[in-house]
Amino acid sequence: MPERIVESLRGVGHKVVHGIWRLGYASGFFLMTLLRSATSFRRFSLTIKEIYSAGVLSLIIIVVSGLFVGMVLGLQGYETLQKYGSSEAVGTLVALSLTRELGPVVAGLLFASRAGSAMTAEIGLMKATEQISAMEMMAVDPIARVIGPRFWGGVISMPLLAAIFSAVGVFGGYLITVVVIGVDTGAFWSQMQNAVDFRHDILNGIIKSVVFGVAVTAIALFEGYDAPPTAEGVSGATTRTVVTSSLAILGLDFVLTAFMFRGI
Amino acid sequence: MENLVEIKDVSFTYGFRPVLKGINMTVPRGKVVSIMGLSGCGKTTLLRLIGGAIRPRKGEVRVAGRAVNRMKREELYAMRRKMGMLYQFGALFTDMSALENVAFEIREHTSLPEDMVLDLAMMKLNAVGLRGAHHMMPAELSGGMARRVALARAIALDPTLIMYDEPFTGLDPISLGVISNLLRRLNDALGATSIVVTHDVQETLKIVDYVYFMADGAVVAQGTPDEIRDSKAPFVHQFVWGEIDGPLPFHMPGGSYARDLALETARA
Repeated sequence: MPERIVESLRGVGHKVVHGIWRLGYASGFFLMTLLRSATSFRRFSLTIKEIYSAGVLSLIIIVVSGLFVGMVLGLQGYETLQKYGSSEAVGTLVALSLTRELGPVVAGLLFASRAGSAMTAEIGLMKATEQISAMEMMAVDPIARVIGPRFWGGVISMPLLAAIFSAVGVFGGYLITVVVIGVDTGAFWSQMQNAVDFRHDILNGIIKSVVFGVAVTAIALFEGYDAPPTAEGVSGATTRTVVTSSLAILGLDFVLTAFMFRGI
Repeated sequence: MENLVEIKDVSFTYGFRPVLKGINMTVPRGKVVSIMGLSGCGKTTLLRLIGGAIRPRKGEVRVAGRAVNRMKREELYAMRRKMGMLYQFGALFTDMSALENVAFEIREHTSLPEDMVLDLAMMKLNAVGLRGAHHMMPAELSGGMARRVALARAIALDPTLIMYDEPFTGLDPISLGVISNLLRRLNDALGATSIVVTHDVQETLKIVDYVYFMADGAVVAQGTPDEIRDSKAPFVHQFVWGEIDGPLPFHMPGGSYARDLALETARA
């Protein structure tokens, strides 16, 4: 019996040590990516290509989701606000919800599922098929040539996608509340314009989306780079990217919200 | 003759598992040297040590007179620019065409104009007979063609040392003959030195100058192809002639056969 307890304690200890070691390895990888980023900017066409893969190819899911989220917000908001006779404020509700929270968070979650998982699978397969080793043997640094442009491509794409998500969401809210339900157009836009502050709401939303972009892209690239070079290893890494990125987005969102909107 | 690669008393372990045990080897300039042995005997590890991807626990690897295991990253990269490596399944970049794959290294390491980069890449593809496939993506190439494109990529910058990791694995007889002939011809045409890690004995003995046999992390035999063919050493004889039993037994050691068939339990 004591042997089994010792064995299970050893197992727990091993997992903790491995977890800490992996965190350290991931931090080193992240630092290395930042330090070797010069190529991503000197040869910006490499980064542009990644902005296309991570950003442009995510547009459909972002636009469609943004439209539906905006329409649902409009419906739900109108339903509640009209009970208090302030249905014109629905524009404010839709805009604030999207710029402060739903834009960055939902766009981040979608970005993690579409672009993050694709990055992990691509890097993992490049490793499994020895493309990364081949690059190293050609004296080409894979961190600078492969990881850096993807990292910056993701970091640049994410705030743009969040902004598009919010803009399309506001349009969705407008469609439902103004065009379909018949809320006054002037009231919808003017109340929104009065309530939404550029620095406090929009800029904070952009900061959030940049932070989520860094987190998701760094997680996705590390998981791909660290994936065991097997089919099972790559599939596990892809799953871990989506799960870890989603949890990171939600956790970071709480922390950032607490700092940005405390006391209002 | 001057040696391009010298491996002196090199030992290496993965974790606690010893992979190489006191290896000594030399590769003279201009020659094609083969390292043969069973899967898992440490052949690929040796190539990784020469390329500086890993460092030995003991001993020294010297390339062109310089100790690889003591090189800094910049020095290592400078050395690798003079090396070419052909991987077992080509390791072509799957998002680039055949021409772009070959142009990759030229583009990364030179500041030549774009049309000259593409011309040079096209010439390398022509050298392996695949100019006509320059526009094809790796997924569209057969195994043999992919290996030839990878060979063109490996020689893109006219390396002084070319390393081949299992270049003949999984190829049909025609592709195999093409690759082995190219290997020899390119080595001589470029004035390079080649190291071929393989277990394809008959094809390799036709084209190499010297052979090292490895087993269980150590060099167990060496010689010219003729010496190897005539060798009476039991391991070499078994390997060269593909005998199913010998120093390497057909049966993996195990417990009692009767017990595994549950006959002993049944009798009891």
